[in-house]
Amino acid sequence: MTDTERHEYDVLVIGAGGAGLRAAIEAAEHGLRTAIVCKSLFGKAHTVMAEGGCAAAMGNVNENDSWQVHFRDTMRGGKFLNNWRMAELHAKEAPDRVWELETYGALFDRTKDGRISQRHFGGHSYARLAHVGDRTGLELIRTLQQRIVALQQEDYAETGDYEARLRVFAECTVTELLTEGGAIAGALGYWRESGRLLVFSAPAVVLATGGIGKSFQVTSNSWEYTGDGHALALRAGAELIDMEFVQFHPTGMVWPPSVKGILVTEGVRGDGGVLKNADGKRFMFDYVPAVFKGQYAESEEEADRWYADQENNRRTPDLLPRDEVARAINTEVKEGRGSPHGGVYLDIASRMKPEEIKRRLPSMYHQFKELADVDITAEPMEVGPTCHYVMGGIHVDPDTGQSRVPGLFAAGECAGGMHGSNRLGGNSLSDLLVFGRRAGLGAADYVAGLGRRPVVRDAEIDAAAEMTLAPFAPTAPGVASENPYTLHAELQRMMNDLVGIIRTEAEMAAALDRLGELRERLHDVVVEGHRQYNPGWHLALDLRNMLMVSEAVAASALMRTESRGGHTREDHPGLDPQWRHRVLRSRCPRGPGDDAVVPRVVVEPAERVPMREDLLALFDVAELEKYYTTPELAGHPAGHSAGSPQGGTA
Amino acid sequence: MTAPARDVGSRGVDSPGRAAVGARTLRTDRWWLPPAATTIGILIFLVYATVRAFQQQYFFADERYLTPFYSPCVSYGCASEPGSAHFGMFLPDHPLIPYAALSLPFLLLFRLTCYYYRKAYYRSFALAPAACAVPEPHATYHGETRFPLILQNSHRYFFYLAVVISVINTYDAIVAFRHPTDGFVVGVGNLVLLANVTLLWCYTLSCHSCRHVMGGRLTHFSKHPVRYRLWTWVSALNTRHATFAWITLGTLILTDLYVALVASGTITDLRLIG
Amino acid sequence: MSYTGQFRVWRGDADGGALADFRVEVNEGEVVLDVLHRLQATQAPDLAVRWNCKAGKCGSCSAEINGKPRLLCMTRMSVFEHDEVVTVTPMRTFPVIRDLVTDVSYNYTKAREIPSFTPPAGLAPGEYRMGQADVGRSQEFRKCIECFLCQDTCHVVRDHEENKESFAGPRFLMRIAELEMHPLDVADRVSAAQDEHGLGRCNITKCCTDVCPEGIKITDNALIPMKERVADRRYDPLVWLGRTISRRRD
Ligand SMILES: Cc1cc2nc3c(=O)[nH]c(=O)nc-3n(C[C@H](O)[C@H](O)[C@H](O)COP(=O)(O)OP(=O)(O)OC[C@H]3O[C@@H](n4cnc5c(N)ncnc54)[C@H](O)[C@@H]3O)c2cc1C
Ligand code: SF4
Ligand code: SF4
Ligand code: FES
Ligand code: FES
Repeated sequence: MTDTERHEYDVLVIGAGGAGLRAAIEAAEHGLRTAIVCKSLFGKAHTVMAEGGCAAAMGNVNENDSWQVHFRDTMRGGKFLNNWRMAELHAKEAPDRVWELETYGALFDRTKDGRISQRHFGGHSYARLAHVGDRTGLELIRTLQQRIVALQQEDYAETGDYEARLRVFAECTVTELLTEGGAIAGALGYWRESGRLLVFSAPAVVLATGGIGKSFQVTSNSWEYTGDGHALALRAGAELIDMEFVQFHPTGMVWPPSVKGILVTEGVRGDGGVLKNADGKRFMFDYVPAVFKGQYAESEEEADRWYADQENNRRTPDLLPRDEVARAINTEVKEGRGSPHGGVYLDIASRMKPEEIKRRLPSMYHQFKELADVDITAEPMEVGPTCHYVMGGIHVDPDTGQSRVPGLFAAGECAGGMHGSNRLGGNSLSDLLVFGRRAGLGAADYVAGLGRRPVVRDAEIDAAAEMTLAPFAPTAPGVASENPYTLHAELQRMMNDLVGIIRTEAEMAAALDRLGELRERLHDVVVEGHRQYNPGWHLALDLRNMLMVSEAVAASALMRTESRGGHTREDHPGLDPQWRHRVLRSRCPRGPGDDAVVPRVVVEPAERVPMREDLLALFDVAELEKYYTTPELAGHPAGHSAGSPQGGTA
Repeated sequence: MTAPARDVGSRGVDSPGRAAVGARTLRTDRWWLPPAATTIGILIFLVYATVRAFQQQYFFADERYLTPFYSPCVSYGCASEPGSAHFGMFLPDHPLIPYAALSLPFLLLFRLTCYYYRKAYYRSFALAPAACAVPEPHATYHGETRFPLILQNSHRYFFYLAVVISVINTYDAIVAFRHPTDGFVVGVGNLVLLANVTLLWCYTLSCHSCRHVMGGRLTHFSKHPVRYRLWTWVSALNTRHATFAWITLGTLILTDLYVALVASGTITDLRLIG
Repeated sequence: MSYTGQFRVWRGDADGGALADFRVEVNEGEVVLDVLHRLQATQAPDLAVRWNCKAGKCGSCSAEINGKPRLLCMTRMSVFEHDEVVTVTPMRTFPVIRDLVTDVSYNYTKAREIPSFTPPAGLAPGEYRMGQADVGRSQEFRKCIECFLCQDTCHVVRDHEENKESFAGPRFLMRIAELEMHPLDVADRVSAAQDEHGLGRCNITKCCTDVCPEGIKITDNALIPMKERVADRRYDPLVWLGRTISRRRD
């Protein structure tokens, strides 16, 4: 290809969110030549939207907090499906990663004695979320961005070139990973600005591309979340796990239609806001599930006392894990107790002084004022569930972040396992830092230990380039061309309706049919105009990835015949302990005759690695019995409590 | 650095590479209104103040009200109104030397270098820029980097002097409660003087240099609790600095007018006490 | 409650372009970006618009609406009359790439020129202690979403291309203020603010403050305090007299 530019790096990081930037910092600090590629401008990645905070058991607000408590909360939140090693590393390393941000210049909100303040969030036993008002993600990404600039300035001082060792390729989209003999050799992408193609040669690639929410109609996610990393990894030969688990955040805006889905941070509830239905009733008290019985307040009085005195009271059920709250709201609305625009009320106005609300939740105040003409200091907000986060992702080694494909690493939202079936709020930002760093380290070690670097082959470049430019090719004579925007809208509506919060077997089967049909139609998409900053073309390419990922989600959801966390089957409403120890893996077999544009995804069950015994011992056996089968608990030091039936009701 | 000769049509928003929109500005609102209003307001004040400063008449009323435009009254000419010179008389009595020649130039410079007034006259008189996103007419621009505008950086010194003058104005307002023959009295004029001096303090203390001196220059507020507290107060006032700047222009005129009208016998001062 | 709105959108690239007229459906509660998306989906599929979060958080969608620098995603259609023509152009201070998308690399270049955060040597992570009072000022500046609307509106560079070289712009002068007021930073950027980053070119006319979608008081809280710090350092009256005279000579 004549107009293709070539670049050579040691590590190529795809994604400039928290995970990607942290990985790049680590790789660069280990002396590797590192490139960061991102679809949007530098500093605009999705992480910027995170609001509530970053969970780390620093114990600044409550000294009883420790990594063990954080670990237990994370496992419970994920209904014991989490990769326990990841949850362990995460709980242990998160405090260091947050403190490290301070050494990069971050300014978190402070406690009275000058330490980092921490706030309450759903599912966390103690106030644990380091935060800056309700713009924590912005602080995180800006801090990492500025750290990257600092490293570039060091290189400049040394070499006279800011980009000698670390370069950001902004507004550049990777469309294919290139491999040699099954190992990573590089990647192909295009500049959004000019449409020109570029090829990277790099023995290690870190995927940090975030989530998949743009396949759903009502979502808190931005256009970037088209599941690129998930799809790139599949096509390169890696596996995805847990794709059936999609988190619907309970509180998204519901009105006006143009902002439907935009997030209302959980910090509103963490700071005292409560959910009410149309009758003004605080309905969450009716929705505490069996597995959490006894852990949450049973009366409004106790719940209100808890804000002031957490030692002697139990927390309000408004702060149950997100999957529970989202389902509760869904039920209230379905049973006719919703608000006028199909949500429920989130009330902070009657519980806090206006100035206090504005100080603690400035961007929420601003968001409702500007976008919905609602003054949250005077009236309740209307909220409803919105697609927010994907727990599933690329299957990686917990310690190094390496996938099944040598040289392919993943971290952040696009990696799977850490959050099990449901992520706790605030656990993502800390996940980005902990595993971003580990993936950077893993990549550095991998590159250092590499004898010979895999080589990018021209044939593969040409094939990838052809695929990237395909949407400009006219359809065969007599075939009507498709509009990418229409296709995207149909996909979103279908996923929302069929693969949403509540699922059934019939709906899943229908969804897979519809996906097959959309796949066919994608072949006929033709984009107008030139390659220069052409959003229609960009969307046509993103659709490939969205369709693959949607198939993985729908096929996994069809297979898992139980309800757990971010996967609720109306036809299989209970937790099934037999499903706890099984994981669903998605991969691309890439057989002959397979569709080249959107290769088929197959899903297979496999066994999870049992939890290490010292970690298992951190839990009460009575609690474990709700999730585990009896034989699995044989290793627990307390054995299993005599006479109790095999656990798992809920 | 001299500006290279360039095609007037291709600078600023019409520079090569920028979007060729055609219109210099697409603003559809009445963006010219605020600068026009500012110009008129400032001109009114300047004309009034100049006339009054050189009038050398009607500046002292009821043997106790001294207008701020003549404070401190230090010219030999102040002898025409016995009791008006609180700090002695030493400047020659000359039609071109205002009686308060010791304070007026500095008050003028205080306001001339004030960060708010700078904004106001840069926008309205210099049209740099007249309004946001409206192109300015100048071919080159250096801001406050060179003489004479670099002198704006001396603002703080005029602030210090303004504090001294405000103290003098305060003294004037207080001694005005004492009538040479009737002793302690309170008239409407006292309230006028008092209101005026209070607002002058609000303007003076809300100054950005004041904010800086009080605590703004510190990095660690928690190590200086008293200065932090002061900074917090000044900061609160500071958000209204522009408002005070305009209000005090108005109250200065009204106060002076009141004194002048009483002094000329046009109206009589209403005594509330005594 | 829909109506047909009249839009004029600048279309073109660095070689030229023009305002194109569109008639397009507008629904209740929509923002300008929604309408542009409808244009993309129905009438102009290759209309280039940069955006990301559509919630006023990322600062990608900066443009000019009826001549005023604004975020497309935070400008509600309800602020316009139904029969009003809404004119949308790209930011006019930066080179245009295509349609509403501009090349904002000027800002990233300037960001790189500001000396980074410099912590005291030997302080270990987690040992940091600073009060809320100490971090408050810099936190205000860190609310910045880097939409670069302030950079776009600032007449120093908007009206004078040649100043781009010597002027960092409000966003990055504010970054200097942020670091100077940062309780843990030990570097000194005061003189550089004036000499290298062009603080003196700012004439505090506050357009940056007027357009900032985050409501940051850039001029009052960052630029003027920095000017005062520079005055501390540089404009002792006698010193400046000497300096001004010598500068006028050469
Ligand atoms: C509204 C909202 C609020 C949230 N609040 C919180 C919170 O309070 N606490 C918390 O812990 N979590 C929160 N989350 C979740 C959390 O923000 C995200 O999960 C997290 O930021 C993901 O970070 P990441 O580094 O994995 O990816 P991202 O930050 O999303 O970055 C992805 C990057 O990959 C790039 N990219 C993607 N595809 C390609 C491609 N093909 N080629 C090149 N580059 C590509 C993108 O341009 C981008 O730079 C929130 C999420 C949302 C949406
Ligand atoms: S106040 Fe200064 S920086 Fe801000 S727009 Fe005006 S001249 Fe530019
Ligand atoms: S200071 Fe305000 S206007 Fe300027 S870039 Fe930041 S958010 Fe945008
Ligand atoms: S008097 Fe206005 S800033 Fe000092
Ligand atoms: S799209 Fe993010 S600010 Fe408008």
